[in-house]
Amino acid sequence: MSEPTIYDLSSPGRKGIRFPEPDVPRAELPEGFVRKDLPMPELGELDVVRHFTNLSHLNYSIDGGYYPLGSCTMKYNPKINEETARFTGFAATHPFQPIETVQGNLALMFQLGEWLKEITGFAGVTLQPAAGAQGELVGVLIMRAYHFSREDCKRTRVLIPDSAHGTNPATSAMSGLEVVPIPSDSRGNIDLEALKTACDDTLAGLMLTNPNTLGLFDENLLEVIETVHAAGGLVYGDGANLNALLGVARPGDLGFDLMHINLHKTFSTPHGGGGPGSGPVCVASHLIDYLPDPVVSIIETGDDELPPLYGFVKPAKTIGRIKGFHGHFGMHVRAYTYIAMHGAEGLRDIAESAVLNANYLLACLRDTYPLPYDRTCMHEFVLEGRWPGVPDVHALDIAKRLMDYNFHPPTNYFPLIVHEALMIEPTETESKQTLDEFAHALKKIAEEAHHQPELLKEAPHKTPVGRLDEVKAARDLVLCCWLPED
Amino acid sequence: MFTPHTEADRKAMLEIIGAESVEDLFQDVPSSHRFPKLNLPPALTEMEAMVELQDISLANESARDLACFLGAGAYNHYSPAVVDAIIRRGEFLTAYTPYQPEVSQGTLQSIFEYQSLVANLTGMDVSNASHYDGATATAEALIMAYSNFRGKRTRVVFSPAVHPHYRATARTYTQGYDDLEITGDGPDADLDAGPEALLPLIDTTTCLVMVQYPDFFGRIYDYTQLIQHAHSVGALVAVAVNPTALGLLRTPGEMGADVVVGEGQPLGIPLMYGGPYLGLFATRKDLVRKIAGRLVGETLDNRGNKAYVLTLTAREQHIRRERATSNICTNVALIALASTVYMTSLGKQGMRQVAELCYHKAHYAAQKIDAIPGYSLCTDVPFFHEFMVCCPRPVSEINNHLLEHGILGGYDLGADYPQLSNHMLVAFTEMNTREEIDALCEALEEVSHV
Repeated sequence: MSEPTIYDLSSPGRKGIRFPEPDVPRAELPEGFVRKDLPMPELGELDVVRHFTNLSHLNYSIDGGYYPLGSCTMKYNPKINEETARFTGFAATHPFQPIETVQGNLALMFQLGEWLKEITGFAGVTLQPAAGAQGELVGVLIMRAYHFSREDCKRTRVLIPDSAHGTNPATSAMSGLEVVPIPSDSRGNIDLEALKTACDDTLAGLMLTNPNTLGLFDENLLEVIETVHAAGGLVYGDGANLNALLGVARPGDLGFDLMHINLHKTFSTPHGGGGPGSGPVCVASHLIDYLPDPVVSIIETGDDELPPLYGFVKPAKTIGRIKGFHGHFGMHVRAYTYIAMHGAEGLRDIAESAVLNANYLLACLRDTYPLPYDRTCMHEFVLEGRWPGVPDVHALDIAKRLMDYNFHPPTNYFPLIVHEALMIEPTETESKQTLDEFAHALKKIAEEAHHQPELLKEAPHKTPVGRLDEVKAARDLVLCCWLPED
Repeated sequence: MFTPHTEADRKAMLEIIGAESVEDLFQDVPSSHRFPKLNLPPALTEMEAMVELQDISLANESARDLACFLGAGAYNHYSPAVVDAIIRRGEFLTAYTPYQPEVSQGTLQSIFEYQSLVANLTGMDVSNASHYDGATATAEALIMAYSNFRGKRTRVVFSPAVHPHYRATARTYTQGYDDLEITGDGPDADLDAGPEALLPLIDTTTCLVMVQYPDFFGRIYDYTQLIQHAHSVGALVAVAVNPTALGLLRTPGEMGADVVVGEGQPLGIPLMYGGPYLGLFATRKDLVRKIAGRLVGETLDNRGNKAYVLTLTAREQHIRRERATSNICTNVALIALASTVYMTSLGKQGMRQVAELCYHKAHYAAQKIDAIPGYSLCTDVPFFHEFMVCCPRPVSEINNHLLEHGILGGYDLGADYPQLSNHMLVAFTEMNTREEIDALCEALEEVSHV
């Protein structure tokens, strides 16, 4: 079953592509700087194509099947996005071209920013962050800069609910701030009493994922936000779960001060096996001056005859540049295409269908799997992958067994506050038929767990490889291969 | 469109849920803020969207319309057709992070091969699975070095010839590290000086020395002595590289570097107005547990097959949470795959050939430009495919003139280095023909006495 590596496939002297001979005189190569050996593989073009095509067959993907991965929003990635992002006028523009020659790019970035502000209810935006985690870093650095610029330097504590993604505490620590975990209550909301106790004049802010990673909209959200604001803190929204809120509620209206958006979740840009993503950050008016340098702006207003001139502006109290160039422009084009094809009604339909799908699946499965928080969910929900009668079966076994039914497993063992968590996000692009088939598979697996648990323990059976020896990987630490010795 | 439900589906589903309407599912959302009216343009069909986006793209002039001599960290290279054909495959494009290895061997093995190619190219032992870009990889190197010494070494020495965006990004990333001090690249730094100018700045408080190869101005220096000196006082050295150059030039690994970072965009990645690109990050084996980002390792499955899996994950934020040194989660896996296909396609010979083409074209251009009255090359240090030109007029004026001739001129260095007003950084790749270079020289000569 296994595919050889490109190093195994190499034959000395083989070429995958030819380049023209130099049309200029050859210059003398720099003395003492020329490398003696370039130990890289040599393959023909067909070898290359077959190798990577064979590898692709070993992957599960949205195009191939259902991917109900909680908090990852594995919705269908429209094919048109891949066309528009490759238009030569976009793909062949250099990031340092004079702005007069890239007005199309800048207009697109500006308009995308305007739309994201409208959708989320904020006043300012940066498209620079490369991913959600980098958006978080921008957000937390902005919170820090806001307090520090007001000479309120004792505000160094960031409150983070115990249901949060690991990136939230890592980001806060990376920003030089102290992380204070806040427990959830029995209904899956933030524990209000604990929150009130933690709010004092050292509070920088709260990082809040809403709907949270249980898929629940906090029932006390407005009070939570008021509590933090009353103590002088800011409320940061983790936009990982924004899909449930499109056209349903605007975080800016609800009182959030800033939030990041994952274009690769909510706005359909592909995950690509782990990236590239894009993590724009939207902010309320009091935080606009702190946005990363630079932001796209209108620098000369237009009139009836002339379009405006777009360019770059440095915000007055900017936290600085967060990455090279202007962010993941290729992802901006895809997200722009997606929003343009939806309009207001289409966006609301996304959220409604996502929430309908999640509640439908929940209703199908609630009698089969333990449900720790029994409420109407938003776009996702969390079940427990365990039963009292079969203590040896774990969420991991259920996840692996699902692969034999040709489904990608849900997120498991997260959020950390649920035992043996199975976190299921159906997304809006799946049909009732697919959801029914998935629910059927999970019910069959529940039966198997009770009567043939070894089927789960040894799963998966039908995948290209079986369960892996992760201990061996970490112990031997073979992280790359080399050409065979002559 | 992309939501498949019919009215009948919706009704059947609501019945199972036990709700009257879809709106009923949103009762937890405060009613005062529920279902706002969004002011967005009407939805376009696919056909209309294609036209609208095409129109927007046509408002640009691209490096296909113009002869491009702009580099400064992003380069106009040829990418073989196989690269895009592979990364467009839905199996790669629409897969998630390979957390479930049994159904992700395609992504995992391709990352393992990427790590191998980057290690081989840079002369290092190991590479991670990527950072966002060269700037953020540089920032992560800083944080790694700082964390490595647990706060006992708090100074970073930056060469002023490291890309301005990398230096700015590193400062942004570390603004919460109160005791960290970045030195060496202040406004009074001597830009003509070689790496020896950094030696006096390096002492036992230094955690990291950061240089670039070729540097931002295209120059190539041998950093062996600098690295030896840094090591003699216990500091680490990171080198930011251009991977194209390493098809020809000695590796930072050979010079003794502890960390190699870099912008991987030249490895077949479209210019795309600055991103997504590819952050290279390679290091020595003994530092591997200190680095951020994902790593793929080889192992066996329970059937005895060779297979690949994400490893040493206990370093990462989803396990270590606030004790992780980086928050990176999503990286740029698909771009890393593109670079893997590119490097495999070019192979040992193609990588060298492209590097030499760049080198020869740049040196042909350098000789010609240096001979134009009013222009001069500012240095006699060896360079790779990019160099600084001292111009007789402000760079923006020259570039305006070049643009009229269909030429995208070089980078205006005055914006980042006030002492370099009237200095232009020009770059050459295999894409530039001799005719283009001759036309550039002609236009430069013309504009010098307009």
